[in-house]
Amino acid sequence: MSFLPYFVAAWLFLAGLYGIITSRNFVHLIICLAVLQSSTYVLLLSIGYKWGGVPPVFAGAAVGTPAVDPVVQALMLTDIVVEATVVALLLSLAVQLHKHTRTLNPDDLEALEG
Amino acid sequence: MNRGVRMVLFAASGVMLFGILLWGLRGLPPLGHYHGPYGDVLNSVAVYERHATDVVSAVNFDYRGFDTLGEEFILFISVIGCTLLLRRQKGEGQGEGGSKDEDESSDRRAPSPSDATKVITIGLVGPLIVFGLYIVSHGQLTPGGGFQGGVILATAPLLVYLGGDFKTFQKIISHTLVELAEAGGALAYVAIGFAGYVIGQAFLKNVVPLGETGNITSSGTIILISLATGLEVAGGFVLLLHAFLEQTLETLGGQK
Repeated sequence: MSFLPYFVAAWLFLAGLYGIITSRNFVHLIICLAVLQSSTYVLLLSIGYKWGGVPPVFAGAAVGTPAVDPVVQALMLTDIVVEATVVALLLSLAVQLHKHTRTLNPDDLEALEG
Repeated sequence: MNRGVRMVLFAASGVMLFGILLWGLRGLPPLGHYHGPYGDVLNSVAVYERHATDVVSAVNFDYRGFDTLGEEFILFISVIGCTLLLRRQKGEGQGEGGSKDEDESSDRRAPSPSDATKVITIGLVGPLIVFGLYIVSHGQLTPGGGFQGGVILATAPLLVYLGGDFKTFQKIISHTLVELAEAGGALAYVAIGFAGYVIGQAFLKNVVPLGETGNITSSGTIILISLATGLEVAGGFVLLLHAFLEQTLETLGGQK
């Protein structure tokens, strides 16, 4: 049971990777990349978790109450926002690709065109 | 590469990778038995050292402020890349197939949103902006901060688009102003960092008076950086929304 979140993280990583490798559409591929990346969220948040720990916010709780690790949470929250913009960047690449080649299937892109 | 060959290769290497991953993860402490030291140390000292009750914000904008600066610039560059890739290019827009009378033909124009949609979305804009500002400005006290609040603020123009149309959306966001907000937010973060140098301390040193814990003005530079980040994130996301909406409408206008 205590290993389950780590298993989920590894599973998400593999599921995302499977999606990327078998993808027939770049939009689908980009979402798979986001799934793959979300495995790191599960992994890091489970590492920082503490049974019975309160959130690392001491507005209500007194300092010294056992709390979960704030460092991994800080990593996650910046990464979620940054990931959204990186996904937007990749999607705009897909838009350009579709404009130039009229396809979004990675398999249809065989030769480099100038 | 042939799909079948690819699947066989993936199955073989995927199983191996999964095994190695699980083997490596087995060495981690079991769930719920986190034994620091960094998180525990920060949880016990951050409130006294920085007068910030939200330790996550204190970590983000102070203890690891330099890393966050780097991450913020990833965001900045991604937004720039996006607007660059989706800019109006030669042969797009006005000229290509989307002449005025064609655009107004009844079968292609998007139906006007219903009155209920309009009332709800426009009514939500005000509360949403207040909520976003609250989240940005209370980042040092309760969960929140520039990143979360900035995204909430950026959804306000999107609601205007949902309730109105793209023209209204363009009217309420001044493109120059949004660009300035994004760049100004990034600049302000760096400038707050340099304030440390000015008084002979380290980069991003918390040099502003810390104030009283629990107050909105407490925590020194943490709240200032949070505000700067909020400005940048809100500006960046509005720019993204604008770029994608403009692109979508152009593609719809240009295609049969």
